[in-house]
Amino acid sequence: MAEVTETVEKQVKQREPLFSKKNRKLITDPLDDSNPITVQVLGICSALAITVKLYPALVMSLSVIFVMGAGNVIISLLRNLIPNRIRIIVQLVVVASLVILVDQVLKAFVYDISKELSVFVGLIITNCIIMGRFEAFALANGPWKSFLDGMGNAFGYAWILIAVAFFRELLGSGTLFGYPVLEKIGVYSVGYENNGLMLLPPMALITVGIIIWVQRARNTKLIEEN
Amino acid sequence: MNIFKNILNSVKPHFEKGGKWEKLYPVYDGFATFLFVPKHTTHSGAHIRDGIDLKRTMITVVLALVPALLFGMWNVGYQHYKALGETVGFWDQFLFGAVKVLPMVVVSYAVGLGVEFAFCVIKKHQINEGYLVTGMLIPLIMPVDIPLWMVALSCIFAVVIGKEVFGGTGMNILNPALTARAFAFFAYPTYMSGDKVWINTSTQAGQSVVDGYSGATALGDLAVKGETSLQPIDMFLGTIPGSIGETSTVAILIGAVMLLWTGIGSWRIMLSALLGGTAMGLIFNWFAPYAISPEQQAFMAVPFWQHLIMGGFAFGVVFMATDPVSASQTFRGKWIYGFLAGFLGVMIRVFNPAYPEGIMLAILFMNVMAPLIDHYVIEANVKRRKKRLQVKVA
Repeated sequence: MAEVTETVEKQVKQREPLFSKKNRKLITDPLDDSNPITVQVLGICSALAITVKLYPALVMSLSVIFVMGAGNVIISLLRNLIPNRIRIIVQLVVVASLVILVDQVLKAFVYDISKELSVFVGLIITNCIIMGRFEAFALANGPWKSFLDGMGNAFGYAWILIAVAFFRELLGSGTLFGYPVLEKIGVYSVGYENNGLMLLPPMALITVGIIIWVQRARNTKLIEEN
Repeated sequence: MNIFKNILNSVKPHFEKGGKWEKLYPVYDGFATFLFVPKHTTHSGAHIRDGIDLKRTMITVVLALVPALLFGMWNVGYQHYKALGETVGFWDQFLFGAVKVLPMVVVSYAVGLGVEFAFCVIKKHQINEGYLVTGMLIPLIMPVDIPLWMVALSCIFAVVIGKEVFGGTGMNILNPALTARAFAFFAYPTYMSGDKVWINTSTQAGQSVVDGYSGATALGDLAVKGETSLQPIDMFLGTIPGSIGETSTVAILIGAVMLLWTGIGSWRIMLSALLGGTAMGLIFNWFAPYAISPEQQAFMAVPFWQHLIMGGFAFGVVFMATDPVSASQTFRGKWIYGFLAGFLGVMIRVFNPAYPEGIMLAILFMNVMAPLIDHYVIEANVKRRKKRLQVKVA
């Protein structure tokens, strides 16, 4: 009898390695199989609004990565202290504090970008991805796992944002990070014109749609059965 | 015809299962059924089938478009020589226009069909004839000066985003040809609007060599200045600047008669769209004294019947709104759909000078709304019949 309990204790005490298969999945899953934008279709609003140029999209991505990672860890640390009935308010306070922090840093160091992103930095607070991960993951898991989950989801969001912004800036303005790529290649001299539609929000939606299309064609797991 | 048949029969084994071009079977099938009546029969049950299939429908619409196309070719030449101040014979004008327009038609068909064939080969489904009409419509609703690569890009966008993502012909929500035009309009506004693009006067696209010659369309003029020097009779006949196929109401009416006579175009949609445009025009006429600016007042005061012959209204109503796939399917739905398309078309062109071609946006908008309209029409019918049943039982 005593032997049995010992082995059980041993199993419990045996610590999971930091990057066990399960933990790695926390990061890799949101990049593809359960991508917050293309599969869960969350956080679309900012994906449409700030993907006209690459630079703002990159800054936005970094902001979300920070808020997501830090927020998930904080909520996870607090998870046993938060009364269930007011958990949403606590989550909001945490994410709002982090967003204000980000906003102040942006205003101090990259004022132009901060102005360009305008209300969308503040709107990170209401980004469904963040609140969703707090609710669904950080409240029920330890800090390290929550951190990995936060990183995974934030990067899943970030790469879509940057991919969309890449195509929109390249085809819409002919530049990448403000560098006139197409002009240097010389396509304008043969009659090429920038595509004004790429600068309008509908094209961001269509670009996201095309990414979803390509993703589903490649990853047949995602196709729903009728 | 026997020659074609022999060729088709001789290459057939290569395309069938196990042949070297097995993957390209949809391409073969597409050509074979285009030239000959297919031998396909239904496998189960009895089907009463009309002799008129998708191919015949499409060809009829293409034939109905021919008057507008021919007139458009002539008008391109006519406007060109008029702008230059030269007088040349009819055939010179026509030839000039044909040289400008035919490449657009060829590009439209080549690119669009290319994309469609590629999709059919990848998806392994039958090639169908949906693009035959779209490919003819696209050049007709473009300005003559638009570069060919923009036409090509618009075609690709229309076929891929407008049609294939939804599952190909018959599944599309939007009219593909209008999708192509909307794409070009928003992507390359300088080539699709203004007063420089409608008449070809120089070798370089979008530039006018004739200084001070206004090539604005009637709608463009009205939106900017509130008045146009173009006469209603010219608008009706079509000797005005504009997109290639849309200028002549006469040519479009010939097409409309063909569509109505063969029963392919829905008279409900055409009539209700006319009524809708008229209604909005009348409302504008009544409220013209209360307009916020003199330009808008002048635009609002334009007699309502002129709206029906200006710009793309007639073309849109006859050839675009009646697209059987993207329009409403129910009879009552067609009335609502058509009426609102005409109504909103006139409203947009007057209220938003940035979008002079309101009918394009109105039809696309109603395309999106069509399933909703159908849904409520059917619901209402279900309710009505239930009620009748209850009365009888009681």
